[in-house]
Amino acid sequence: MPNSKQQRKAVIQVRNLKQYFNAGKKSEVRAVDDISFDIYEGETLGLVGESGSGKTTTGRSIIRLYNPTSGEVIFNGQNIAKLKNRDLKGFRKNMQMIFQDPYASLDPRMKVKDIIAEGIDIHHLAKDQAERDHQVAELLEKVNLSPDFANRYPHEFSGGQRQRIGIARALAVQPKFIIADEPISALDVSIQAQVVNLLQDIQQEQNLTYLFIAHDLSMVKYISDRIAVLYLGKIVELADTEEVYNHPLHPYTQSLISAVPVPDPEIEKNHKIKTFDRSQAFHDDDQLREVLPGHFLYCNEATAATFK
Amino acid sequence: MPEKILDVQNLVVDFTTLNGTVHAIRNVSFSLNKGETLALVGESGSGKSVTVRSIIQLYAKNAKVMGGKVNFHGENLLQKSPKEMNKLRGKKISMIFQDPMTSLDPTMTIGKQVAEPLLVHHDATKEAAYQRAQEVLELVGIPNAKARMKNYPHQFSGGQRQRIVIAMAIIDNPEILIADEPTTALDVTVQAQIISLLKDLQQRIGTAIIFITHDLGVVAGIADRVAVMYAGKIIEYGTTDEIYYNPQHPYTWGLLDSMPTLDIQGQRLKAIPGSPANLINPPKGDAFAPRNPYALKIDSEEEPPFFKVTDSHYAATWLLAPRAPKVTPPASIQKRFAKYTALRGEDHA
Repeated sequence: MPNSKQQRKAVIQVRNLKQYFNAGKKSEVRAVDDISFDIYEGETLGLVGESGSGKTTTGRSIIRLYNPTSGEVIFNGQNIAKLKNRDLKGFRKNMQMIFQDPYASLDPRMKVKDIIAEGIDIHHLAKDQAERDHQVAELLEKVNLSPDFANRYPHEFSGGQRQRIGIARALAVQPKFIIADEPISALDVSIQAQVVNLLQDIQQEQNLTYLFIAHDLSMVKYISDRIAVLYLGKIVELADTEEVYNHPLHPYTQSLISAVPVPDPEIEKNHKIKTFDRSQAFHDDDQLREVLPGHFLYCNEATAATFK
Repeated sequence: MPEKILDVQNLVVDFTTLNGTVHAIRNVSFSLNKGETLALVGESGSGKSVTVRSIIQLYAKNAKVMGGKVNFHGENLLQKSPKEMNKLRGKKISMIFQDPMTSLDPTMTIGKQVAEPLLVHHDATKEAAYQRAQEVLELVGIPNAKARMKNYPHQFSGGQRQRIVIAMAIIDNPEILIADEPTTALDVTVQAQIISLLKDLQQRIGTAIIFITHDLGVVAGIADRVAVMYAGKIIEYGTTDEIYYNPQHPYTWGLLDSMPTLDIQGQRLKAIPGSPANLINPPKGDAFAPRNPYALKIDSEEEPPFFKVTDSHYAATWLLAPRAPKVTPPASIQKRFAKYTALRGEDHA
């Protein structure tokens, strides 16, 4: 397997990314602190961690909603972290974002067709009005909404429908890579499954690559090929989904996975939760090391040696 | 025979809105036994929160109780005056809300907030109330409670704030604790701590808990009994084992199926099609019928009554009517039935 992995094409390469807020001041917050990882073409990388661990900041730094403090984000061979305004526009066509709150992320005064076509207009992807309308209708159908909805306003839709509109907007510019920041956590259980199925169908049709940010670990497990666990701005573990769930190596990952409630009363009766000693989180000379093929762990050299 | 402390009968609540009258609660009945945990599950808008808020009469100005009874120790709470209700709230019946950020007063020290129920109800002197506040803060696991009572809410993390809210709710040893999505805003590890705290407290003070959530994982770990709500009605209720391993209503099937389980990898999730019913004009018959692949002709004409499955388990679906055609539930649900049979076998052995 390691061989086939090396042959896979990395769409995104994050190298030593740091995102500090109030850098240099007393109130400095190291939201993302020196993380490196790859996202391969066509895969879904799940990013999990508690609130404040830096999940959302990571996504926003990658798509350049923030200017990274240091480090590189390489997208198709180009370092995005250094892009100037004009080049940013071209790159944003390739990378899109789906947001958590379907109520806050759609402009209430814009019609659905104008929300969806905003990217089409900016990037001049439609020759004329008729082609624009046609593209909007196709996008609505792709997310299982009726093309008749194009002339309506966001308030006329339920949360699940709005999230579909948000997905259609992201797809409008034919991106290669989508960052989905908690795309289902504001939705009802019965609607979550609809949206997750839709995201997976679109991914297969268009060979899209996803960064899926979430705190609902059971859904992350279901949708992700690989999972990165973030703790205090650092990736503490990164591996294939099955590997992370079945053989978590970092004590934080172990406690996180043990805390997920299982919808089965018999299992819950004997559910043991592992606690994690937060005072002992990191040691000097810890770094993210590949301790097993494809399995990265944030540890020191001595710990890494025990896996050899 | 468990002692019934709360008995809600035929509760009907309407909301007046600009778009018309929303029939939020449409004839809900349930009871709560001493010391048990009853979970109310369902999607947003199904009426979970309105149901429990009606018990202690905390609801928006445009809400109106159109009928029903809320019997607490044989007295109908719906007939009590606001003054009488104030005496009950925070004393016999108390509530924990979803968002610990907004349920604490940011301008009041937590010591004063936690002691407040005792002071308001004139149950203790100031000194005794603060002493008791310190005890419950220690009980819910706030380290260094005595010193921290002088702190303000913003000086605590989300999990600690929820512990403080719980301390406030239990300071007067309530008979009923209503917890409305108490862990939804929290991280999983913190959620696990709060749930084990609630279970532990329940054992110590013997309070009954009504636990509202949409997370079936949480329910499996905490509830003795479960009531499933849809479109302002309870559509199925039973013991936790009965709801998880012998569910009868197609909506319960859909709810259980839409959660990814451990062995689902690689398959599609089974989503419930469509969206929740409009409660301004509730559909005739069974409100779930338009989304129900197992709907019968009668579902769109007449509302199903509760059919008895066992003494503790009832479901409102025409599929249980003696004359109904036999349907084959999804394979995932049949697996649950097999587990139910196996569990019952163990019990009888």
